Amino acid sequence: MLLIDCPYCGPRPEVEFRCGGEAHIARPAQPADMDDKAWAEFLFIRSNPKGVHAERWIHQHGCQRWFNALRDTYTDAFIETYEMGTKPSRLPDGRTTR
Amino acid sequence: MAELAGSASAARRQPALAAPPVLWAGVAIQVLPDEARFSLRLPKAAAATAAEVAGFSLAVPVNRYAKNDQRWSARLGPNEWLLGGPEGDGGAIAAEIEAALAGQIHGVTDISHRQVAFDVAGAEAANILNAGCPLDLSLVGFPGGSATRSILGKAEIVLMRPASAPVFRVECWRSFAEYVHAFLAEAARDCPARE
Ligand SMILES: [Zn+2]
Repeated sequence: MLLIDCPYCGPRPEVEFRCGGEAHIARPAQPADMDDKAWAEFLFIRSNPKGVHAERWIHQHGCQRWFNALRDTYTDAFIETYEMGTKPSRLPDGRTTR
Repeated sequence: MAELAGSASAARRQPALAAPPVLWAGVAIQVLPDEARFSLRLPKAAAATAAEVAGFSLAVPVNRYAKNDQRWSARLGPNEWLLGGPEGDGGAIAAEIEAALAGQIHGVTDISHRQVAFDVAGAEAANILNAGCPLDLSLVGFPGGSATRSILGKAEIVLMRPASAPVFRVECWRSFAEYVHAFLAEAARDCPARE
């Protein structure tokens, strides 16, 4: 079973976790000022890379804390996990690593 | 309405699960008596420096268990504790926590009747739990004094190992109690007995 390194609990089995989609997407400060196209982009459009991807994860059946993870969507390898509100030691390098 | 307040017409509390003990070679599974339980949450800064509240040790690392006399605490996350004590102490515990944390932002919820606890004890206890719990329950991976939320089959549990002896305490929400008990009993039945 894949182990995911929770920033609070350490390495734990993947079935205790849930993924919350792409990380580091800031909610627009003034949604009312946006047109429908821009709002739809915020809601639905994601980078969906083949390669390194920053994601939100929650240790649902553990400490129940949200955190961020860098995961390679091609190999499923977790590169790094880090607390909410912090940055990874390296940034996802755009759309792909391959 | 006055007569409703009398003990004769007070609601009778039925146990969530009244299952007989499961006793096989190498394992004993028992439903534990009711206890007072509280969920305590503190803000990040307070959680980092919290020491003791109402006789409960809070200054333990995440996923550790501590017991003071009859009161035990399990730190389930950086700012979350599960607290337990004798059933009759529920009111006193709540009042002591409120007094100790007066003026501080905190959340304390009485969850005494939300959960059911089991003892899973014996040489095969870890193997039986591992039928549905993916954690490493060896003394290296889950030493005495460990406590964490996890899963057992399809149900969420809190698993505690107070000491290095193979005696685990499993807590689950009451609506999962029948499932968790049946799951453990079946795993015990299928476990090769070693004496
Ligand atoms: Zn965790």
